Amino acid sequence: MRAVWIIASFLTVVIAIASCQTAEDIEFKRYYTAGLVEYQNHCQNCHGDKGQGLAALIPPLTDTAYISRNKNMLACLLSKGIKGKITVAGKEFDSEMPPAELAPMEIAQVLTYVGNSFGNKVGLISNDDVTRDLKNCR
Amino acid sequence: MRKPIILFAVGLTMFMAACGDNKSNRLPILGHRDAETKTVDGKEVTDTVYQTIPPFKFVNQYGDSITDNNLKGKIYVADFFFTSCPSICPTMHRNMLNVYNAYKADDNFKILSYSIDPKYDSVPVLKKYADKLGISGQSWWLLQSGKDETYKLATSYLTSVAEDASVPGGHVHDGWFILIDKQKHIRGTYDGTVTTEVTKLIADIKTLQAEPEQRVAQ
Repeated sequence: MRAVWIIASFLTVVIAIASCQTAEDIEFKRYYTAGLVEYQNHCQNCHGDKGQGLAALIPPLTDTAYISRNKNMLACLLSKGIKGKITVAGKEFDSEMPPAELAPMEIAQVLTYVGNSFGNKVGLISNDDVTRDLKNCR
Repeated sequence: MRKPIILFAVGLTMFMAACGDNKSNRLPILGHRDAETKTVDGKEVTDTVYQTIPPFKFVNQYGDSITDNNLKGKIYVADFFFTSCPSICPTMHRNMLNVYNAYKADDNFKILSYSIDPKYDSVPVLKKYADKLGISGQSWWLLQSGKDETYKLATSYLTSVAEDASVPGGHVHDGWFILIDKQKHIRGTYDGTVTTEVTKLIADIKTLQAEPEQRVAQ
């Protein structure tokens, strides 16, 4: 009987530690998982399930330097679309990306997903970040 | 009394098992079929007539005229797309690149991508698309012709295409990859947007190439 109590209390402690996430962790995961679904619905056809892009037609999302350098520009790129030449992963791309039909919150979710997948690690991009960035679009 | 029945059952099982083995290495022939009865040497013979891809005339990305004659003795895979397609085409051609890379060294294999937006997809546009896709040589042709001819031909490939102003890109179409043999019969349809289906297509091409009818030069 005593052994059972010891095991039970030990398990309780383990579970308590495992589920002990910070509020930021939970917030990040909420954005990230919602962003995965947005990515599959709006981005994956062109950019691929691994962010690999398509040859010289569609740029990859695996250029971690590009993503982190342009972190504050990404919301505008999604919202306004891209026309003209851009250089990604050392290659020049000249095709059009149509504006994403997404609300700021959805843009934040998909950017959090992309920004922390395919080798990228820029952390949470929140609704507030996106709302601020969208005001500075060129 | 019982023995003959058991023997018969065993015999039947073996016969069926033998049949099954024969058939497992053949791909089915798809599409509608008719029975045709004709008289050969005074005897009535009934044959199955399978659906075939009708003659066509298109232009490829190099500006060369391509007809069904260019596909004599070739096994090929066909799909329908357009270069400005914002929906399923990038996925289809990302997957088709795997087929291209698996068989590009084979002179008797081709890929045909018919544009369903020939007004925009001129020969230079198709060439530029091919270059950016990283394909060269004669194993993957991007084809264009009149819109009506293209749409009509699509139905022969059991594929549906249509103009629809309400969707991004202005066209709707299926993402099928259609496998055609040297007799112009349809031997398989594969969802070009699903990687596992395209992996099966790559394996099925090999199976088809091994069929006796496909090994003879046409």
